[in-house]
Amino acid sequence: MKRKDRSDIIFRRVLAVFPLLILILVGGILFKLVTASSLSIQKFGFTFLFTRTWDPVFENFGALPFIYGTLLSSFVALLIAIPIGLGTAIFLAEYAPYGVQRVFSSLIDLLAAIPSVIYGLWGIFVLVPIMRTNVQPFLGKYLGFLPFFQGPNYGVGVLSASVILAIMIVPFIISVSREVILAVPQVYKEAAYAMGSTRWEAIQTIILSYGKPGIVGGIILALGRAIGETMAVTMIIGNNVKISASLFSPGYTLASVIANEFAEASDKLYLSSLIEIGLVLLFVSIVVNSLARLLI
Amino acid sequence: MNGQKETSIKLPKTKITSGKLDALMLTETPTKITVKKINFYYGKQHVLKDISINIRGQKVTALIGPSGCGKSTLLRTFNRMNDLIPHVRMEGEVLIDDRNIYHKETDVVELRRKVGMVFQKSTPFPKSIYDNVAYGLKIIGVKDKNLVNQIVEKSLHRAALWDEVKDNLGKSAMALSGGQQQRLCIARALAVGPEVLLMDEPCSALDPGATAKVEELIFELKNDYTIAIVTHNMQQAARVSDFTVFLYLGELVEFGSTDKMFTVPKDKRTEEYLTGKFG
Repeated sequence: MKRKDRSDIIFRRVLAVFPLLILILVGGILFKLVTASSLSIQKFGFTFLFTRTWDPVFENFGALPFIYGTLLSSFVALLIAIPIGLGTAIFLAEYAPYGVQRVFSSLIDLLAAIPSVIYGLWGIFVLVPIMRTNVQPFLGKYLGFLPFFQGPNYGVGVLSASVILAIMIVPFIISVSREVILAVPQVYKEAAYAMGSTRWEAIQTIILSYGKPGIVGGIILALGRAIGETMAVTMIIGNNVKISASLFSPGYTLASVIANEFAEASDKLYLSSLIEIGLVLLFVSIVVNSLARLLI
Repeated sequence: MNGQKETSIKLPKTKITSGKLDALMLTETPTKITVKKINFYYGKQHVLKDISINIRGQKVTALIGPSGCGKSTLLRTFNRMNDLIPHVRMEGEVLIDDRNIYHKETDVVELRRKVGMVFQKSTPFPKSIYDNVAYGLKIIGVKDKNLVNQIVEKSLHRAALWDEVKDNLGKSAMALSGGQQQRLCIARALAVGPEVLLMDEPCSALDPGATAKVEELIFELKNDYTIAIVTHNMQQAARVSDFTVFLYLGELVEFGSTDKMFTVPKDKRTEEYLTGKFG
């Protein structure tokens, strides 16, 4: 055997260790989550997912309010973020002059780089007061007939958390959609214009239909980020175990209950239930991410 | 189908009956496109230098020349496709039916409906065959379903594609072969009733069989349309065109009837290019 061949084999084996490490890591996390939550899994079974109470005193635990809070705040965040993100991406890719495009791209990257605790602080001191004194009274006055916009204006609550989440995921949606739109071959855009399309028609019928899978994938990745976001949401959502249709009322998410209560969970079953919440969160994230991978 | 019906949309109409055809081949048809002293720049690069030509209606004019001579750029000035490229500058005028298409009041969208274009790479939209052909009608706002059906069928007939796709109009256009896709693009361009058809190397990605079909089609279409075609293929220019424009390094070297140019070229460079001494 030549010396060259041997070094190649050694190199390959050394490299193979690293993916193995990742496999062990993921498997280990999953294993630990399952074993550490076994107490709670045995006690509550599947009802854990559908129980509305979270009572550390009487040791009765259920994840439903947190699943609800997580999905609701993330979904509302998407509703706010998609039009803003997609609109910005289309403007930057198709209308803005090259210089503007470059400046905005770096601004957007900057937005994505802000630590979430800073968003949380900004939320408490700037966003929440604005929501309390301006936005929520306005929504209550004109859309108050809908169940989503009823109840007292605390400022802190699901709606404020959704707005913060939206601000945090908009950069994701913008950069993914912009890349996707720019990747549509120039000749197809030209073909649309050559047919006498206006800009809007070309964007709508050609660019968006070519880019649709990529854009949807980007949105789902953003949703994954929103679901797992902890710090900023915990600071703003109000942390109240309650299922309410109103976006004004305080809520709770899977990630924030773990962050908030882990330190005080002295009891075994309490701790085990919190870890099961972690398992549920992981499961929700995996489902969302696999969906994204299928679509990209 | 019933082609006699009068409609608000201009259907591609037959302007010449076969009886008159022979007579017209001998006489001159009126000028459709007039190019007046065009200079074109990509940044500082001067790619078209003082080009002036007249392109006749109901004839095929081939634009030939080595790569980078500006033939595609020249073709793209006829439907203002160059407007989409940043950092370009143009001087001079292009007149279609004696109207300057670079006048600031020209409606570019309207212009591009009148001047259809087929590209080097086939560009089917990710839609069904039917929706591809109906695309132009849809954006004009034609709602009459019967009329759209008629025009789609007629356009596919004209593009010699109808028999191959008539049972699968709902199928995705992306599933067609390369040659079929290119004829679909021609059908799509014809559906809005253009007067001029621009073709930018329409056969360069096709096999010989598909190329022959497209060439046959060009020959058919020239009775009704003014066609300008960019081609790399000398034999193709000789086969399909009535007039040939030879460009070299952005300059117009020779322009005249294809028969004459290919048999007795006036310029030495034309002769050398046609005989394959460079290119």
